[in-house]
Amino acid sequence: MPETGPTGAGLEVRGLVAGYIPDLPILKDVSVTVAPQSVTVIIGPNGAGKSTLIKAIAGLVPVSGGSVTLAGRAITGIAPDRMAGEGIAYVPQTDNIFRTLTIRQNLDLALRKAGGEARARLDELFTRFPPLAAKQKERAGALSGGQRQFLAVAMALAVKPSLILMDEPSAGLSPKAAEEVLALARGLTAQGTTILLVEQNVKQALRIADHCYILADGRNQIDGSAAALIADPVVGEIYLGGKRLRAS
Amino acid sequence: MIGILSYLVFFATLASILAIAVLGLNLQWGNTGLFNGGVAAFFGAGAYVTLILGGQPQDEHLGGFALPYLVALAGGIAAAALLAWIVGRLTLKLRHDYLAIATFGVAVAFENVMRNALWLTGGAQGLRGFERPMRDLLGDGLNYNSVFLAFVLVLLLLVYGVLQRLAGSPFGRLLRAIREDEDAARSLGKMPARIRLTAFVTGSAIMGLAGGLYGTFYAFVSPQDVLPTLTFQIWAMLIVGGAGNNRGAIAGAFLIWGAWTASGWALSRFAPVEAQLYTGSIQFILIGLVIVGMLLWRPQGLFPERLVVSQSGKPGH
Amino acid sequence: MIQSLADGILVGAVLSLGAIGLTMVMHMLRFANFAHAELLTIGAYAALVFDRVFQGVNATLGAKLAPLTLTGSLVVAMAIAMAITGASAVLIDRFVFRRVREKGGELSMVFASFGVALIVRNVIGLIFGLHTELYSKGIAFAVVVSRDPLLLIKPDQVFVLAATLVIMLVLHLVLSRTTLGYALRAVAENPSLAQVNGIPLKRMIVLIWVIGGGLAATAGIFYGLTNHLSPVMGRDLVLPIFAAAIVGGIGSIYGAALGGMIVGIASSLALLILPSGYSPSVPFLIILAVLLVRPNGLFGEVRA
Repeated sequence: MPETGPTGAGLEVRGLVAGYIPDLPILKDVSVTVAPQSVTVIIGPNGAGKSTLIKAIAGLVPVSGGSVTLAGRAITGIAPDRMAGEGIAYVPQTDNIFRTLTIRQNLDLALRKAGGEARARLDELFTRFPPLAAKQKERAGALSGGQRQFLAVAMALAVKPSLILMDEPSAGLSPKAAEEVLALARGLTAQGTTILLVEQNVKQALRIADHCYILADGRNQIDGSAAALIADPVVGEIYLGGKRLRAS
Repeated sequence: MIGILSYLVFFATLASILAIAVLGLNLQWGNTGLFNGGVAAFFGAGAYVTLILGGQPQDEHLGGFALPYLVALAGGIAAAALLAWIVGRLTLKLRHDYLAIATFGVAVAFENVMRNALWLTGGAQGLRGFERPMRDLLGDGLNYNSVFLAFVLVLLLLVYGVLQRLAGSPFGRLLRAIREDEDAARSLGKMPARIRLTAFVTGSAIMGLAGGLYGTFYAFVSPQDVLPTLTFQIWAMLIVGGAGNNRGAIAGAFLIWGAWTASGWALSRFAPVEAQLYTGSIQFILIGLVIVGMLLWRPQGLFPERLVVSQSGKPGH
Repeated sequence: MIQSLADGILVGAVLSLGAIGLTMVMHMLRFANFAHAELLTIGAYAALVFDRVFQGVNATLGAKLAPLTLTGSLVVAMAIAMAITGASAVLIDRFVFRRVREKGGELSMVFASFGVALIVRNVIGLIFGLHTELYSKGIAFAVVVSRDPLLLIKPDQVFVLAATLVIMLVLHLVLSRTTLGYALRAVAENPSLAQVNGIPLKRMIVLIWVIGGGLAATAGIFYGLTNHLSPVMGRDLVLPIFAAAIVGGIGSIYGAALGGMIVGIASSLALLILPSGYSPSVPFLIILAVLLVRPNGLFGEVRA
């Protein structure tokens, strides 16, 4: 997989304005730069527009201003079903697999455009996620939370994306499963994929991230390298010291 | 001259009765977003029960309790409300299609039972033996019909007034909130299912009132009066009038009832004899076209709900 | 009793074919389509027209495939009727439902579907007349399968049942063995995730109308073959078909197939107790029973 893997493409988001209702944008002005083959994490309080940012990039929320470019190609407001063709995969936070299909059927569906390569890619995915191989005939709805995320990531990888957008991949998982999923995300960059993820689980996410953006009320607040933000006393106080976070 | 006047009184009475039913539907659909596919059943329950309670004893079927008229009418209203309560309890917590299907099913079953339960309703022959109230005093004909029209108009205004006040009240705003966004309404700590049930039962009781008046006017009701056609007509009236708007609902009732009678008259008068059999089909196509056409080209109706449109700041459609 | 069971299974086959398409559309487009049963009528009458045309063109096609009253021309006409009905469903969606969908809520869609049903039903009545029609004027003799208990079955009924089973098997294979089938199920379960996975939603909606229309056409033709055709057959079948979809659980294709059988058999058995005049009420009783006992049906999922 590493040799044939895609080269991660850089993502540029400039002054993005987006929301479901034209006059009430949730994203008011957000700019984000994601370097190729890096992990960038978006954090911020509830309602800051983190998930909306990811959905707007994926074409699932109407964009009314600003631009999104991937490796120099404009993909602003792309139709969601054309995303895969542009090399973007999106892993939603919940309902990110088809529960009524088996694991194998989920993957076959994700691989259906792969043509002759499908078989080889399926084997690669099964090698990478042995638990999925073992349970391939079971209904995906029966998987545990962590395995569900693995399946969702496996489906995302099926299209050999250069960019993967992940919406709170560790939400609802046990600390151990959360760590595994985040480590998996980190590992993907080594094979050439670029990752943009939204997380509530700030401490764990910063540990695996290269760069971090903090959003508040639909706008950029602070950004910097993950290492710098962890060290920053103000950020530490506000985002890493809260009750919620201490519990995790 | 008397003939025309008689006809106008006759027409206005029926249109006003139907307008009451349209107001009931408006509370359900226009204000609360509840689909009622069985208007004819709630209307029919009002008509049948009013006549059974208020009629003279009959050999062929149940009824003839000869209760005072207003008690009988109240019984008809209660019957419609009870029917709505049963259907509502079973379906209002489920996704909206279930209410649509269940109410449609109620109407099919209601008409079917009325047609077959001879002991209860007189079957296809209909329910007989009802004396119109105060007939001794007023006699028959124009005299009686004019007074009855006045009675119906008073009730129409009463229902209109109550619903108008309701729409402006906190309860009315709650209904609208549920219609627009159920999750938001739930987050306010209100119980949408219960409030929807209240609105559904109230709306159906109003249809029961209309049915009771209809039965009184003809002193007779049969399964022919509770066919799905009635449901479609009442929908068309509300769609044309504009869902959510009580004044529009009344205007729609007069407009559609006028168009229906006029088209029936024109078809029976001008269509060739061999086509007479098909006048019903043509009228159904017309009403189908009215429903589909309005939804496609003027979904807000001819008399849209101004209040809400301006409040939510939405563009024209 | 046995006879009622056999009759019920036959009615059930027609209802199952109708309910499969209905449940798919209801689930994906989120509205109760009261015009679905009119697709059965369109299919049945389209087959009637082409059956007569082929018989006129080629007399050997018109010969009965003994012991059935079914003719070769009707078999060919059936294929054409499926295509016509599928196309009608797509066109109705294109010109009415899709435009209403883009404008407003699910409620408007339900109203629109009633309007469409009224128009379709009565236009067919105007064109073909309000009387009933038969595909074949020949009398189909029933075969005595058993004298005690008495069981009479017509060859046509056996054909209808076998054909229904074959159609369902094909559908099952498509849904469980092909990526197209997975895509259909994926879209039914979670349309936005399906889109994210590169499945074109609009094309899938068209496909579901085509499949639903095609199945409805076969249901209508089978109904015509074992009963008769009439412009109001949609009106009479709409409630039982909805009952089948609800019994199975809205959205469940396998549930709809089974639900059709259950409604067919239950309706037939109910007439052992109830006077036959009450048969139109039976589907409603079944709906009430399901809502009381298991509101989401046999295979349905809880949905808001």
